[in-house]
Amino acid sequence: MISLTYVLALSGVLFAIAVAGIFLNRRNVIVLLMCIELMLLAVNFNFVAFSRFRGDISGQIFVFFILTVAAAEAAIGLAILVVLFRERSSIDVEDLDTLQG
Amino acid sequence: MFPTILFFIFATVLIGAALGVILSRNPVYSALLLVLCFFNSAVIWILLDAEFLGIVLVLVYVGAVMVLFLFVVMMLDVNLEQLRREFVGYWPLTIAVAGFVVFAIINVIVVKHLGGADLQTAPALAADYSNTRSLGVALFTRYAYPSQVAAVILLVASVAAIVLTLRQRKGGKPQNIAQQVAVRAKDRVRIVKMASEKRP
Repeated sequence: MISLTYVLALSGVLFAIAVAGIFLNRRNVIVLLMCIELMLLAVNFNFVAFSRFRGDISGQIFVFFILTVAAAEAAIGLAILVVLFRERSSIDVEDLDTLQG
Repeated sequence: MFPTILFFIFATVLIGAALGVILSRNPVYSALLLVLCFFNSAVIWILLDAEFLGIVLVLVYVGAVMVLFLFVVMMLDVNLEQLRREFVGYWPLTIAVAGFVVFAIINVIVVKHLGGADLQTAPALAADYSNTRSLGVALFTRYAYPSQVAAVILLVASVAAIVLTLRQRKGGKPQNIAQQVAVRAKDRVRIVKMASEKRP
């Protein structure tokens, strides 16, 4: 059986890669959305591992709900992205400065 | 021992693919590498005896969400030359933040021994254990109400996606059904009474 420590370390590294991706890819909103998906995947790893090692199925139910919400988020995010591209003809984050943020 | 070897093989591919997702300049490659990530994660989840979720990950993510991503990536006519420019110069900040996240997590799980010794061995599963059955039992008893809320969330998300992207074409001539039904004969025909003309 796989050790719990290995799975948690893998999840941590995956999360760190996703955070790094959000800092690096400031040009492309699509890749930012993909990095968010990677983060959710890393979190799901923790839930699955703890569910197995504690012998409690509730962790896997939580993964189920996280997958549901992530799918909804991806659908709405991509819809917003399509509308944004229609308006601006660009998906560069740095072009989105209407609010002077 | 054999599952551990498998775990390391798939974890290596997973981390390599995740690095490819964030470093690739072409969003199509990023999306395809993310598909590889999801496949490897599904294998690792199945190694952790979460067979149902592994299959769901492949079906929902690879089958639906990533196809949506690829569709959007290919539908938007993104200027690749512009995207291929240098990454904005955040390398030191990136490495610092990612290193801090890894350090914090490794510190918690290795140095502080999260969960203590009782979590180091997984409880043995019964011979007739079925992951799908136990998940279904929990989902339809204790979590019946949350699962309906999840269904409503999906409905709202699909309606929202359609409403956001629906576009009325300019200069189109759509029917207005309500106006057509509400019309009466007196709105369309005007009956004029007049004396008949005499032949000159």
